[in-house]
Amino acid sequence: MVPSEKTIEFEPVIGLEVHAELKTESGMFCSCRNEFGGEPNTRTCPVCLGLPGSLPVINKQAVELAMRFGLAVGSEIGRAIFHRKNYFYPDMPKDFQISQYDEPICRGGTIEALDSQGETFTVQLERAHLEEDTGKSRHVGGGGGRIHGATYTLVDYNRSGVPLLEIVSKPDIRNPDQARSYVAELRAILEMLEISDVKMEEGSLRVDANVSLRPKGDSKLGTKVEVKNMNSLRSLQRALEYEIGRQKAVLASGDSIAQETRHWNEDEGRTHTLRSKEEAFDYRYFPEPDLVPIKPDQAWIAQVAETVPAQLPAARVRYFVEEYGVPAELAGSVIYTKDMADWVESEIAAGADARSSFNWASQEVLAFMNDSAIDFVDVNLPVGSFVELTELISVGTLSKKLARNVVADVLRAEKHGTGPQEIVTQQGLAQVSDTDEITSLIREVLDNNLDAVEKFRAGNDKILGFLVGQVMKASRGKANPNTANSLVKQLLDNSAAG
Amino acid sequence: MTITRDDVIHVARLARLELNEAEVEMFAHQLSDILDHADKIETADTSGVEPTAHPIALANVLREDVVRESLARDVVLAQAPAQEDNCFKVPRILE
Amino acid sequence: MAKLAKFSDPAHVIAQSVRSGQTSASDVCQKYLAEIGKKDDQIGAFLEVTTELALAQAAAVDATVAAGGDPGPLAGVPVAIKDNMCIEGIPTTCASDILGKWQPPYTATAVERLISAGAVVVGKTNLDEFAMGSSTENSAFGPTHNPHDLTRVPGGSSGGSAAAVAAGLVPVGLGSDTGGSIRQPASLTGTVGMKPTYGRVSRYGLVAFASSLDQIGPLTNNVHDAALVYQAMAGSDPRDATSIPDSGDDVMASLTDGLAGLKFGVIKEFSDGEGFEPEVLASFRRTLDKLDALGVEIVEVSLPSVEHALSAYYLIAPAEASSNLARFDGVRYGLRVDPGADVETMNRATREAGFGAEVKRRIMLGTYALSAGYFDAYYAQAQRVRTLVINDLAKAYSQADVLCSPTSPTVAFKLGERMDDPLTMYMSDFCTIPSNLAGHPAISLRCGEDPQGLPIGFQVLAPALGEALMFRAAAGVEAAVGERIA
Ligand SMILES: [Mg+2]
Ligand SMILES: [Zn+2]
Repeated sequence: MVPSEKTIEFEPVIGLEVHAELKTESGMFCSCRNEFGGEPNTRTCPVCLGLPGSLPVINKQAVELAMRFGLAVGSEIGRAIFHRKNYFYPDMPKDFQISQYDEPICRGGTIEALDSQGETFTVQLERAHLEEDTGKSRHVGGGGGRIHGATYTLVDYNRSGVPLLEIVSKPDIRNPDQARSYVAELRAILEMLEISDVKMEEGSLRVDANVSLRPKGDSKLGTKVEVKNMNSLRSLQRALEYEIGRQKAVLASGDSIAQETRHWNEDEGRTHTLRSKEEAFDYRYFPEPDLVPIKPDQAWIAQVAETVPAQLPAARVRYFVEEYGVPAELAGSVIYTKDMADWVESEIAAGADARSSFNWASQEVLAFMNDSAIDFVDVNLPVGSFVELTELISVGTLSKKLARNVVADVLRAEKHGTGPQEIVTQQGLAQVSDTDEITSLIREVLDNNLDAVEKFRAGNDKILGFLVGQVMKASRGKANPNTANSLVKQLLDNSAAG
Repeated sequence: MTITRDDVIHVARLARLELNEAEVEMFAHQLSDILDHADKIETADTSGVEPTAHPIALANVLREDVVRESLARDVVLAQAPAQEDNCFKVPRILE
Repeated sequence: MAKLAKFSDPAHVIAQSVRSGQTSASDVCQKYLAEIGKKDDQIGAFLEVTTELALAQAAAVDATVAAGGDPGPLAGVPVAIKDNMCIEGIPTTCASDILGKWQPPYTATAVERLISAGAVVVGKTNLDEFAMGSSTENSAFGPTHNPHDLTRVPGGSSGGSAAAVAAGLVPVGLGSDTGGSIRQPASLTGTVGMKPTYGRVSRYGLVAFASSLDQIGPLTNNVHDAALVYQAMAGSDPRDATSIPDSGDDVMASLTDGLAGLKFGVIKEFSDGEGFEPEVLASFRRTLDKLDALGVEIVEVSLPSVEHALSAYYLIAPAEASSNLARFDGVRYGLRVDPGADVETMNRATREAGFGAEVKRRIMLGTYALSAGYFDAYYAQAQRVRTLVINDLAKAYSQADVLCSPTSPTVAFKLGERMDDPLTMYMSDFCTIPSNLAGHPAISLRCGEDPQGLPIGFQVLAPALGEALMFRAAAGVEAAVGERIA
């Protein structure tokens, strides 16, 4: 009997190709400025326009950034050569792309990442190689600038020749959550190492996925489908969820998967066929005769290795969890913004409370950065702010709740450099722990709430919370809640006895 | 090596050439002849021989990451067969 | 038989005279422009005469001299540039329709260096389209005629520059040599043509045919001039990653060292047998006899791998060309033929209309050789054959200081004679190809002529970076051959 399809459990097998634009001053093979956007066709030269007679020359910094990445993730750095990948496309000025093929600059390597549950998983890298970016096409006449149905296309070559690092994973990823976490980790590494701007929305980080399914327990890979056009971590996860579902349905119906390239449509929430295997390109790779090999020697590698930090993001999360006892998720939310993580770490080292520091950073600071769309370097957070806050809490000047408000106020302070102590002073926010002051507030509250006092005396203990709340309100939040609580109780007991 | 008409048509598409009938016929013959000759290269004993890409073995020829002035846009676009909005204009792209 | 061959004054004599203020560069320039105006209608060497540019450059040279400065070793020397090298603001056509009216926004390094050495650019010369050919008949603008017999080809692909020099229209032409494209036309026109070691002269601004083989070199009337022009162009260029570091060799000094102590190796495979015209072999042997009479030691060497060299060349060159010429797609510059459908249709219509038959043939061949499944059997195998050729040459150079052979198996053939027979045409490069595969320098100089007065060329080959040795040997052979008749 043929086993029913239902009894077969399929396991997704995912490999990712991540293209990161390198943060160099100039192009991969030419001296045009490397920057995002700008007026069309204002940053081109004979080389990146592929004019007849022009020749490419390798950008040393691009090579070193690639080496830095490789050294950080444990790749083997060795002899590398460039190949030509031949295919016609209007945004590619030479109608071939200079890329690397069987001798990439980085071979192998390991990325360790944390999934959304805080579980560590590892992904082996196949390679990371250097190549040049293409120009940009704008399709005119079709719906929403899409290629489909367009009547013509306008090409801007500003981006042509921007250095790219293509990072190719082995098919080690098992679900969309891992895929997302892996890319988040890569992004954090590239940012931490100052290799790339990693802005998925601007296209400086682009992800293509190879997805296949196989019966759980099998080691043989199924037919793979390449999925393109995911413009955010969220769309990566959605696209993979959709594609896995689609492939499961195809297999469940007894059909087989066609090897093809599919395009993710964010609006429709589905993938559709871009080209089938028969139409696949024949790239006619051959060694780029205009360039000579890169042969990094030990001295050069050692020099680049000095620019690599000791800990990659995932390792840093683990370190924070162990060292400070903060939950992995909380540590992760902070660490993936490298500048902020460095800052927080130095605050903790200077005496700030670790758990509170992570909370403030993860909640108030990140929210503020997202709302105002600014980077951490532009945020007003003077050195020592979290240390000050920790002290203000420990001496009882601020409640934890008030402290959060102060963080928010510091971030929004008109004058840069305004710290927590200054905010507290300006706004007269200091917490009132003085018993006399609170006692007189309580007497006022009790006098105005005789009903409640009656109920308490009739044995309704729950009314106590209401009364304490009224006291806090009357103090505009400044009363020390613990002090208020015990004093209210004390006064009620006294009056009951009296 | 015999190059068929279908081979010629396939290769012409890869090379983005639109050959006419006579050319397809001619190239099928000529490429077969040339490759017959070239195929003898198989008989060269190259076991254990490394390929030569460049006669003078250079390595690490790199440029410093320095920006230089780009071309003026009007110079670049002056050569364009068609343009619009300061971009190169091409017929629609079929995926 | 119409004959227009004539020697110009030697370049080094012109330069000396201009530098010393005896002659003005402007007068020299006018004289050669007039000569071009008189004769080029019959020869067809020039695609464009750059009168304005030439007169301006000549005036600048004269101004330098007047101010007491030195305009350089090529002061006032008129040069013709093969039209596959870029000069800012002057159309570069590669003798193809596909480039349309394309004007490069930059100048080739080699040309820039000649200009800064005082040379005056008088025009752009004809070639086989994209330098693919051995007769200069594959030009979209019509063939160039051999000044020694206007019914014959000047060889190719640098036939325009060779014919211009042979007719005395200029003392110096620049060519490019991928499989013999400088030396073979030099041989067929009775001029001197030299291909440097790969990487000696920057390729920046040379429209690529086969990137791993292409080299720019001079065509002149004599070995001394060739050395002078080579010296002015050679040197590393940060814009060409394959250019090699400067050696500091002084090739001019070596010219007068003479032949004493030099051992010549005669390449066995190129000095007998099939495909060689008897007159060519006879003239070659007569030259060897003259060397022998001077006491030069001559040995025979063998390069067994040349059996495969032609195949290797006709795989590597088309493969690289198919990729190099992909950019001519009607998108950014040059010709566009748009039937009004989609971009691929436009690309194909443009390339179909813009390329000639030989270029299409090589693009097809190269695309095929690189296509899925054939890379290793063809391109990679051809690159391994390059290694075999290099190894054979190394062995030969352990037996001799320089090697020699006829440059071309035949004298100049009739226009149209080989146009329908690509394989026979490809045989023209039989003796020149090994130097390109190995990247070694080589030079062709006239050693005699056949009974019809058609020139025969003698090729001197030297090891990589051996230009000084090569020029020394060539100067010696030139002297041994003796007085030349134009
Ligand atoms: Mg890629
Ligand atoms: Zn550029």
